[in-house]
Amino acid sequence: MDKPVNQGAWLLVLPVLLIVAFSAILPLMTVVNYSVQDTFGNNQFFWNGIGWYQELLDPSTDLGGRFFDALWRNLLFSLLILLIEVPLGIAVALSMPRHGWRVAATLVVLALPLLIPWNVVGTIWQIFAREDIGLLGWAVNRLGIPYNYTADPLSAWVTIVTMDVWHWTSLVALLCYAGLRSIPDAFYQAARIDGASRWAVFRNIQLPKMHRVLLIAVLLRFMDSFMIYTEPFVVTGGGPGNSTTFVSIDLVKLALGQFDLGKAAALSIVYNLIILAVCWVFYTVMTRMDAQRN
Amino acid sequence: MLRARIVLTLYILFLMLPIYWLVNMSLKTNTEIVSGLTLWPHTLTFENYRRIFTDSSWYSGYLNSLQYVALNTVLSIALALPAAYAFSRYRFVGDKHLFFWLLSNRMAPAAVFALPFFNLYSAIGLFDTPLAVALAHCLFNVPLAVWILEGFMSGVPREIDETAYLDGYSFPHFFVKIFMPLVASGIGVTAFFCFMFSWVELLLARTLTSVDAKPIAATMTRTVSASGMDWGLLAAAGVLTILPGALVIWFVRNYIAKGFALGRV
Repeated sequence: MDKPVNQGAWLLVLPVLLIVAFSAILPLMTVVNYSVQDTFGNNQFFWNGIGWYQELLDPSTDLGGRFFDALWRNLLFSLLILLIEVPLGIAVALSMPRHGWRVAATLVVLALPLLIPWNVVGTIWQIFAREDIGLLGWAVNRLGIPYNYTADPLSAWVTIVTMDVWHWTSLVALLCYAGLRSIPDAFYQAARIDGASRWAVFRNIQLPKMHRVLLIAVLLRFMDSFMIYTEPFVVTGGGPGNSTTFVSIDLVKLALGQFDLGKAAALSIVYNLIILAVCWVFYTVMTRMDAQRN
Repeated sequence: MLRARIVLTLYILFLMLPIYWLVNMSLKTNTEIVSGLTLWPHTLTFENYRRIFTDSSWYSGYLNSLQYVALNTVLSIALALPAAYAFSRYRFVGDKHLFFWLLSNRMAPAAVFALPFFNLYSAIGLFDTPLAVALAHCLFNVPLAVWILEGFMSGVPREIDETAYLDGYSFPHFFVKIFMPLVASGIGVTAFFCFMFSWVELLLARTLTSVDAKPIAATMTRTVSASGMDWGLLAAAGVLTILPGALVIWFVRNYIAKGFALGRV
């Protein structure tokens, strides 16, 4: 923490500042602009003040009801994702080999789902889970459990959650694995001499080393599941009915489908503010932890 | 140890099954696909792949995708290098706020930006060019690159900078000749993640292109036609989008763990 003060460093940051301002602030200004106006078409806009926001945040209106439904649905989805992916990711990381050629092989296999374009992930599961031509759907139906993700909301949810677990658990596992690698072998030997149980080793040696990476994993998984769009859109298109319409899907429907610019813009701003707030909480906790360690 | 093996084997099986199914479908004829479930292709065919490689509207999608991904990776790293250096070496007014603001853009939902980006890039005449998509992806890749590079640069002792300045190196000379080779593995890891996130993103890439720069992932939606789904062709296109990623992972496999080890993804 003894970095010298140098205001000239701003010059080095300037290019990044310009490009991000160009692609973040400029578009956001457009959105803010739309969010306070209404239109009758023909590019004629007039001032609407905070009208859209009032409608959006009032669950009794059409728009507000829609927004809160999508929001709760999305939060439930994120919660489920975290509850499954974090423990599973830790379990996989603990099971990974620590030495030898199998390390590289396992890493490659684990990282594979992360590099598949998101709509292809959707396509893979769209095919895999179909009852007529997909192995999963066919097998589940054969077992006597009715399963059809295009008609039954529960099946659709199971499909989308399983897909996300398939897609992203590896990220949690790889992060935890990286944390585990920084534990010297001597620690494990000492634990063995002391006769520590498997649980004690996990609780006192492995978990503390994974603290920070776990925080990052939770942050990334929460954020990415909170703004998920492409994968469920390909598989279910938000249906059946609205049962898998998450906030991003609803937003794109409003903005690019119905061209309801004012409503979509107000939704965008509120959506962005929620994400900014969560991000800030995590960032603060993280910098606190770093400061404690130093 | 046995339990660890079982957990890992089951998990890898879970990862591989859907991918196997996709490959399986891509090697079947459509008549076989719709006529009943078969665990492996009984009438093996490469027709689906042949159609993709001979139809320019298909393979140009791959070239477009690779073009904007490469452009984005180069742009992101070139811009992020000096900024990451500034963050790792100096304190300046507003540095912490700036860092947080950059990071928050990594988390910004693409759906929010789809429409304004469409307006913006149409207005400046970049719509439907690879450059538009590359610039749009900078929104999340530049902050990410700054974040990862800053971690690597902080690992380089500051004495090296000071010695170089005493020896009469100018800043640009020192940065390119001495400093960049020291963080080469960091640049590699950053390139990997920039490639990854630009390659997998579709919402912005699809919104910003129509014909000329259309990414492969968007071309795939064409297989839905009036005569029903062409499942075999769709599967073959899917398999081909997995390959570049698999290739890149293979090359950087020894660095992945290191990049993740910094905990900055």
